Amino acid sequence: MSGDNPYEALAGPAGGGGGDAHWAFGTGFDAPPDEVGAEVPAGADRADLAAYCTMLGDDALVMAQRLGQWCTRAPELEEEVALANIALDLLGQARVLLARAGHVDGTGRDEDALAYLRGPEEFRNVRLVEAPNGDFARSTARLLAFSAWRLAVFTRLTASTDPALAAVAARGAKELAYHRDHAVRWTLRLGDGTALSHQRMADGVDAVWPLLGELFAADPAERRLAAAGAAVDPAEVRAEVLDVLGQVLTAATLGGRPAPPAPSAPGGRDGAHTEHLAPLLAELQSVARAHPGATW
Amino acid sequence: MTAGAEGAPPRTEQPLFEVFVRGKRGLNHVHVGSLHAADEEMALHAARDVYTRRNEGVSIWVVRSDAIAASSPDEKDPFFAPSRDKVYRHPTFYPIPEDVPHM
Amino acid sequence: MTTASVDERPDERALAAHFTARVAAEQRIEPRDWMPEGYRRTLVRQVAQHAHSEIIGMQPEGDWIASAPSLRRKSILLAKVQDEAGHGLYLYAAAETLGVDRADLTERLIGGRQKYSSIFNYPATGFADVGVIGWLVDGAAICNQVPLCRSSYGPYARAMVRICKEESFHQRQGYELLLRMMAGTPEQRAMVQDAVDRWWWPSLMMFGPPDAESPNTRQSMEWRVKRHTNDELRQRFVDMTVPQAERLGVTLPDPALRWNEERGHYDFGEPDWAEFRRVLSGDGPCNAERIRRRRAAHEDGAWVREAAAAYAAKRSAGETR
Repeated sequence: MSGDNPYEALAGPAGGGGGDAHWAFGTGFDAPPDEVGAEVPAGADRADLAAYCTMLGDDALVMAQRLGQWCTRAPELEEEVALANIALDLLGQARVLLARAGHVDGTGRDEDALAYLRGPEEFRNVRLVEAPNGDFARSTARLLAFSAWRLAVFTRLTASTDPALAAVAARGAKELAYHRDHAVRWTLRLGDGTALSHQRMADGVDAVWPLLGELFAADPAERRLAAAGAAVDPAEVRAEVLDVLGQVLTAATLGGRPAPPAPSAPGGRDGAHTEHLAPLLAELQSVARAHPGATW
Repeated sequence: MTAGAEGAPPRTEQPLFEVFVRGKRGLNHVHVGSLHAADEEMALHAARDVYTRRNEGVSIWVVRSDAIAASSPDEKDPFFAPSRDKVYRHPTFYPIPEDVPHM
Repeated sequence: MTTASVDERPDERALAAHFTARVAAEQRIEPRDWMPEGYRRTLVRQVAQHAHSEIIGMQPEGDWIASAPSLRRKSILLAKVQDEAGHGLYLYAAAETLGVDRADLTERLIGGRQKYSSIFNYPATGFADVGVIGWLVDGAAICNQVPLCRSSYGPYARAMVRICKEESFHQRQGYELLLRMMAGTPEQRAMVQDAVDRWWWPSLMMFGPPDAESPNTRQSMEWRVKRHTNDELRQRFVDMTVPQAERLGVTLPDPALRWNEERGHYDFGEPDWAEFRRVLSGDGPCNAERIRRRRAAHEDGAWVREAAAAYAAKRSAGETR
């Protein structure tokens, strides 16, 4: 059996490429990248910036948690791989954003302290991402709306005066373009597929539609930061996003939808969540909280 | 619209596509495997996810398996580097002390 | 082609001789080559079982993605379980070159007519199990699979090259998690030891029954679809794992385990083969649940696959119109 030692055969550097500069942040770092520790830009309020990073980070974290629930349950193996890719991208975004939030707010909390040791009322995500998955059509409708909106925001956020946000947005926009593309294709297939899939896709869109208003409502912190050039006022992307969604729904034979209703206040950005967030977080945080002082 | 309501139920077995990937410029496309998809667009999308893990900069061809005319087999090894932007896929990423044998 | 007629006609005898010579010369057999029906059937069974094992194997660990205790661990675990779906895909693709299709193989899996590795019928009851599965279960899988990179069947061998490379990531992430946990609290160390106690014997069973009870081994080795006997691979695994366990600081639950100077190998105890047969035949702790979930995913996804097919059909009809 000589020459067959599997470990020796595999021990060489994988991928062949030397160095690790090309590896993405958010995929296993111990020391956060430089941009997380960057100076707070002039004119931006420290607390506002922390709150804004938390909002965008929580959106990504909760959405990734929902996507992860499809694991071993996707309609086809190819789709298992695709949904996991999207969840991994969002997790990567969440990690940098939360690390930045913990740095900027002066508490020194790392990404895990923020993800695992806050209660639901401290989460700032929009309600759209905490809603249960529903069937594949509803999950597709949610992914379509979320990625179209987040892509529009991130595309503008690449010009942020905050180096961390600009860097996350530049990387994230590429990822989100892919996510949106994936969701668009499935919306077309389901909308214009069989009678059954058409009905389910229409139901899925109807289910997520009332949650969209919140995406375009600016939090006071967002508005102040946007004025300082560090954030994007989500009201700015409203027309563009609704136009994209309208085009996709029409092409998918799903017809138009009236503009989504104004969100009820207070909402997710204020820590006022639906009944679905607490159980999601209870599961996410269960092991970490059961073993205080443990290292993983 | 809503075709598929009339006539026979559509075939659920999706056709097989062969996947060819050019790992970097200057190389040929190489056959790496196959997958199932309803159409070419879906096949390309899935090929990018499955066979390149979305490694940017690679070129992918997909072709329906039943469209290939073949003589004798002569294929190359689908020996791939893992995706470059996913550090946790690289075995060397996990720090293992020097004194652990066979790892 | 039926088995009965294979050796009757002279041209097939010549083909068989050509096949045997090619295999003996360590050349690869490719999909369009002539091959004995028994070879084809053996490979379909082997590759399909391997593919099923990857897919069913997503479940025990997949259940811990939601509650992985750090975002780094969550990313790693999600990527790992995703890899397993990818591996299943590569292997189903290899099986399809033998003239079967994936939908049919999936039906055979959820109908209980094809097996998967019995290891996945044990439950992963704590987060330490994620580490131990990576270290022991993926370690055993690597031992089994590296020699298969030289399988005589080309598509299978090529799929294995790719899979083995990715598997080494799986094993390392598992071992690294265990190292961290062993450096953590006493409670964490106890979790690791408990998981090792539960997974050690099932891991040894992954190499299959003892050689004396493995009647197909000789033929499979002649065909180069199996390169080493079950007992050889098991010994190799034990020899590599014992020093790793010592370095980790865990005890392998086998009082008979000791270094044998004369043989140059570790001696070890006999796995409970009655349990192995029981679990393999469907009576393990999680068999029913594993198949139930796979069946549910397949059946719940049928309308989605139908929609994709209908959409593609409409579009190609539109193009030809």
